[in-house]
Amino acid sequence: MHTAFLMGNEAIALGALAAGVNLVCGYPGTPSTEVLETVAKNRPEGVYVEWSVNEKTAMEMAAGASYSGARVLVTMKQMGLNVAADPLMCLEYIGVKGGVVVLVADDPGPISSQTEQDTRHFAAFSKVPCFDPSSAAEAYAMAQEAFAFSEQHGTPVFLRPTTRVSHGYAALEVKDPEEYEQHSPSGFEKDPGRWVIFPRLSFANHRKIEERNEDLSGLLCESPFNRMETGEDVPAPRKGLAAGGISYTYALEAREQLGGIPLLKVGVPFPFPEKLAVNFLRDLDEVLCLEELDPVIERNLIYICGKYGLKTHILGKQTGHMPRSGENTRDLVTDAVASFLGAPRKTETLPPPPPLPVRPPVLCAGCPHRASFYAVKQAMKGRKTIFCGDIGCYTLGNAKPLEMVDTCLCMGAGLGIAQAVNHLEPDRSCFAFVGDSTFFASALPGVVNAVYNQASFTLVVLDNSTTAMTGHQPHPGTGRTVMGQVVDKVSIENVLRGIGLTFVETVDPLKLTAAVDAVQRADAAPGVKAIIFRSPCIALSRPTGRAAVNPGKCIGCRKCIREIGCPALSFAEGKAVIDPGQCTGCTLCAQICPADAISGGEHHA
Amino acid sequence: MRKNIILCGVGGQGTVLASRLISAAAMARNIPVLSAETIGMAQRGGSVFSHLRMGEGIHSPMIARGEADLLLGFEPGETARMLPFLRPGGQVIVSSRPVTPVMAALSGEAYRAEPMLDYLKAQVPSLLVVDGERAMREVGSPRVLNLILLGAALQSGALGLTEADLLEAMQRLIPGKFYELNLRALRWAGENK
Repeated sequence: MHTAFLMGNEAIALGALAAGVNLVCGYPGTPSTEVLETVAKNRPEGVYVEWSVNEKTAMEMAAGASYSGARVLVTMKQMGLNVAADPLMCLEYIGVKGGVVVLVADDPGPISSQTEQDTRHFAAFSKVPCFDPSSAAEAYAMAQEAFAFSEQHGTPVFLRPTTRVSHGYAALEVKDPEEYEQHSPSGFEKDPGRWVIFPRLSFANHRKIEERNEDLSGLLCESPFNRMETGEDVPAPRKGLAAGGISYTYALEAREQLGGIPLLKVGVPFPFPEKLAVNFLRDLDEVLCLEELDPVIERNLIYICGKYGLKTHILGKQTGHMPRSGENTRDLVTDAVASFLGAPRKTETLPPPPPLPVRPPVLCAGCPHRASFYAVKQAMKGRKTIFCGDIGCYTLGNAKPLEMVDTCLCMGAGLGIAQAVNHLEPDRSCFAFVGDSTFFASALPGVVNAVYNQASFTLVVLDNSTTAMTGHQPHPGTGRTVMGQVVDKVSIENVLRGIGLTFVETVDPLKLTAAVDAVQRADAAPGVKAIIFRSPCIALSRPTGRAAVNPGKCIGCRKCIREIGCPALSFAEGKAVIDPGQCTGCTLCAQICPADAISGGEHHA
Repeated sequence: MRKNIILCGVGGQGTVLASRLISAAAMARNIPVLSAETIGMAQRGGSVFSHLRMGEGIHSPMIARGEADLLLGFEPGETARMLPFLRPGGQVIVSSRPVTPVMAALSGEAYRAEPMLDYLKAQVPSLLVVDGERAMREVGSPRVLNLILLGAALQSGALGLTEADLLEAMQRLIPGKFYELNLRALRWAGENK
């Protein structure tokens, strides 16, 4: 054993390696990404790791690996679980041979997601047991426990951290590689009665799954992850807390300040540890539930009260004692517990500060996406248009002054939206923007659909040769894998031509005149057209120099600031100013300056 | 020793590395550490923070209002935003250099550091202001504000760590070719009292 300072996600990765995981696959998504990256960095000989093209493929990989007796970890964020839902729902009915741990990171807030969906509900829906860690240390323990649990009970297992657990750091005692469990896959054995899903098999297995989960509910009452912490004797009404996830640690902190009232910790919310909860509730009059996202513990306790005829009042989100959405904080939990105990906290308030800066996230200085959006905006000025955005850094093209994202729904959705609008309004110029990683993950069926069904729209692939938003993961278009192999790139151009597109043009978006021209020609052409704006992410390429404003030439018109919104540009004493710490020398501002007052960098048109 | 430290600023200013260095230094002295960072979309120029807690008996990596012993501010407005987390009598070290939000540049509204610094001074009599602009110029890089502020925190004694603790952590976490530059940044505050 040795001590290491680990992010929750790193702890999960090392836990899986310690359990002898054989295959790890997934698709990047905040806050889950670092799990797979950490496995790749610390991979012992013989462990296979890949970034799969999307979560559905990753989940299907997990099934294949498990059928072969391998221990497998598949990683994604909560949105990705929707993509992987089809194989997972079925895999639960088929069951597993090698242990399958499905790491799904939820994102209360949401901080970096489209929804606040709760994987604990998905667990109940899919009937897959769910481990819900409250800290990096517990995540490390659960990651190891989950593989054996999966094999013992023949089911995939969810490991479901939330953002603060995934991205919280702690000094942990972890195993050395010599202490890792060794697990050798037995190989695939033909057994159609086991691996081929048919209604008769589903009927039989459904019954077994329900019985198993009832048994597990009892078994999990003994799990160290579910437990009661007794409190000091207090007069009636007797009060207690129930908590799960990071909120459990907030509850512990609140108890230190406010007194040690009884606390039920739910670390495995599905199958819910029913008998443990009955023992906890039996001696209490009121219980306040502390959890994020949906009131899962709260509803389970209400159900248990009904089932066992208990009179305990269950308070939480449904009674207005806790907020319905957003993440919990230490203060929110301490305030709620104090009020619950009848002694609301007095808060010292500071005088209000001056108006604070508003800082929505923005495209980086020099980001090629800014140039791509600007080119399309210029090309389509005055036309009736719709610009369908997608998920990635380029969602930030929505902000002023670009305002080039009219819709954003989920990965790949822009293509479907653009073609539907085109069918209803043929006179509107429809554009769908998609990143290079998203192109491979979820845009291909949309392109085929449009070609086959005779839609007319322009697909704009924003190819910065990486998966930028989640921290620069490789994908099929990058020519390398997470295991470090150099491989043939899958060509976006060839894929599109193969589907049948005839207008496929690749343009450097930082050459503004050529970019605008390409967009205008694409828009004028019939059918499904594609422009690939190819320029590397600035976080992965060296600056080509720094641009600077010649104050003698700058006429103070602010056009550069007003039109492109680059964070390196500001205005002082009547002139534009470029922050050399941020400028990458992309020259987009120089190309639009009417006074030719900006020089430096490369890429001049 | 039990200490709660908040580092705050704008995405891209290097708060995460500063937080990692403090944690690594504390760990090397066998002090339990928990921390939490902003990761994800906000790193693209949004408001970011690190919470860092050292000592025994801590359950959560997050710091509550009125609980921080030290607020290490990389930007005046962001520091004012996080001030409610400071405990009475806690220390604030802030860089005076404002980072203009794109929104302010666009609207033409001036964003100035002075009202933020005046507000901080009024609430925190012991406020320590670091001339971040000058320091980065003298050290010779626009990307070393994190080590400059860490050096100022070290000088103030509010970190509860020694220079030797931090140097050892820097040797482990900072690539060799950037080490000298970061060392100059760390020592700037001591040489410019």
